[in-house]
Amino acid sequence: MHLYLPIAEVSLDVFILLGLGAAIGFLSGLFGVGGGFLVTPLLIFLGVPPAIAAATGANTVIAPSVSGVVSKLRRGGVDMRMGLVLLAGGLAGSAASVGLFGLLRRIGQIDLVVSLSYVLLLGTIGGLMLSESIQAWRRQRGATALRKKLHKHTWIHGLPLKMRFPQSRLYISALLPIGIGFGVGVLSGIMGVGGGFVMVPAMIYVLGMPTAVVVGTSQFQIIFVSANVTILQSIGNQAVDIALAATLMVGSIVAAPFGSRIGARLRGDQIRILLALMVLAVAVQLALNLVLRPVDRYSISTPPVPAQRVDR
Amino acid sequence: MSLRCALLAVALLALLPSPARAQALVADLSDHLIAITAGFAGTDVLLFGATEGEGDVIVIVRGPEMPVEVRRKARVLGIWINTERIAFSGAPAFYRVAASRPLDQFANEALRARQQVGIEFLRLVPERQLTPARLEDFRQGLLRNKVYEDLYSAKVGDVSFLGPRLFRTRFSLPANVPPGTYTVEVLLVRDNQVIAAQTTPMLVNKTGIGADVYDFAHRHAAVYGLVAVLIAVLSGWTAGTVFRKA
Repeated sequence: MHLYLPIAEVSLDVFILLGLGAAIGFLSGLFGVGGGFLVTPLLIFLGVPPAIAAATGANTVIAPSVSGVVSKLRRGGVDMRMGLVLLAGGLAGSAASVGLFGLLRRIGQIDLVVSLSYVLLLGTIGGLMLSESIQAWRRQRGATALRKKLHKHTWIHGLPLKMRFPQSRLYISALLPIGIGFGVGVLSGIMGVGGGFVMVPAMIYVLGMPTAVVVGTSQFQIIFVSANVTILQSIGNQAVDIALAATLMVGSIVAAPFGSRIGARLRGDQIRILLALMVLAVAVQLALNLVLRPVDRYSISTPPVPAQRVDR
Repeated sequence: MSLRCALLAVALLALLPSPARAQALVADLSDHLIAITAGFAGTDVLLFGATEGEGDVIVIVRGPEMPVEVRRKARVLGIWINTERIAFSGAPAFYRVAASRPLDQFANEALRARQQVGIEFLRLVPERQLTPARLEDFRQGLLRNKVYEDLYSAKVGDVSFLGPRLFRTRFSLPANVPPGTYTVEVLLVRDNQVIAAQTTPMLVNKTGIGADVYDFAHRHAAVYGLVAVLIAVLSGWTAGTVFRKA
């Protein structure tokens, strides 16, 4: 069954869209990542224009994030306080990224910068995460549960403006989450994604938040970042396709609880291994795109493309 | 309108005394308005007509002209990046051609170039000058990509004659057919000369709820964005509450 998408101006199979939506919802429920890094390339692969794929992807990600937050709120799986601090940094970061984006465009190599930073960032994050989580997993299996110190004191803990985050059992400087939020905000503004796949590892490894709280808190702040992107894209580009988003959302809403349920059954280190593998897979895929000879060296587009992010 | 009725009408038209009699070529489409509805998955359009006297028929379907930017990747330090770009104007958004015989049997290059018969004869105007060889590479890149998207076709469709004077052809519009005003050109060719021509417009339009959504998105962009967010939040909220149970 085909559905004609009024903004994207292509006709796609409804069941493919529902399946894609289900994948987003599942990932959101399991890892707390929005899935923007996955849905945008897949939509482009299906023939949706890149700008519309990115904008609609942001819109779609809101739904499973909201349902995730709703269901985790009462289990204490959302650190509101941390979420708001991260968000403050995030909004400032995405505002700053507009300027940076313009600068990169003027240089003329925005696509390259985006792809390269993706590969480096995802490769590093995924690699570190994988080695750490495998170690944790082996320790657990070896039953010689080597109790690590709860956390190490470093220069990070000497920063001013200390704040208490009871739900995350942390007492750290607010500058830290603001900085992380800012960095992720800049990235998401440039790359056109929510940034959950960067935010989640940062929360685990830099902030030292317990994995149980990370997913919900990440989803919490993704709601606002994605809503911001959706509205800006609607105004600036008319690039949000409601019909496409709605179809994807139906799939994602149905699948999100399964992700959450499986996530609740897995241990923190197992979730981290899976997420690390996925992040690495995306990094490898992007790296291959950069290095391998393209099928066709020539590509076309219709130039009245508004001055906005276009790829991925 | 069924094909039989249509053909009958054309046949009658052709038999009529002047002034219709004076026309060497009459043709019409089964549909002048292609409605892109929510369930649109491409459609077929039928063209039928009648000729006066000898000759071959060429049918050219062209979408609205849009500028196209072509980019070329090159390997720099082991990485493939876009290194060169050029914009062309004059490229139709959609292009199909059909003929009653293989083109090289009745239409020489001069005619085909003049009438832009076949994608290799499309007049694509580059925004700036390049060496002919490089320009040709970009041209070919553009055509290849358009063919890949099924918006152009390198193949020449069939125009079939039913008897000595009536002809018909069928062309399919894919699901990704760009909306806009199309022209369907019918040429009657004899001795490498166009002896009669007729151009029929065809409108490809979004209709129904899809058109409304599109209009709304463009007229009230901010409200549209808010609605999009609201839909997402509400559906997420509902789902989160429904699945809460256990």
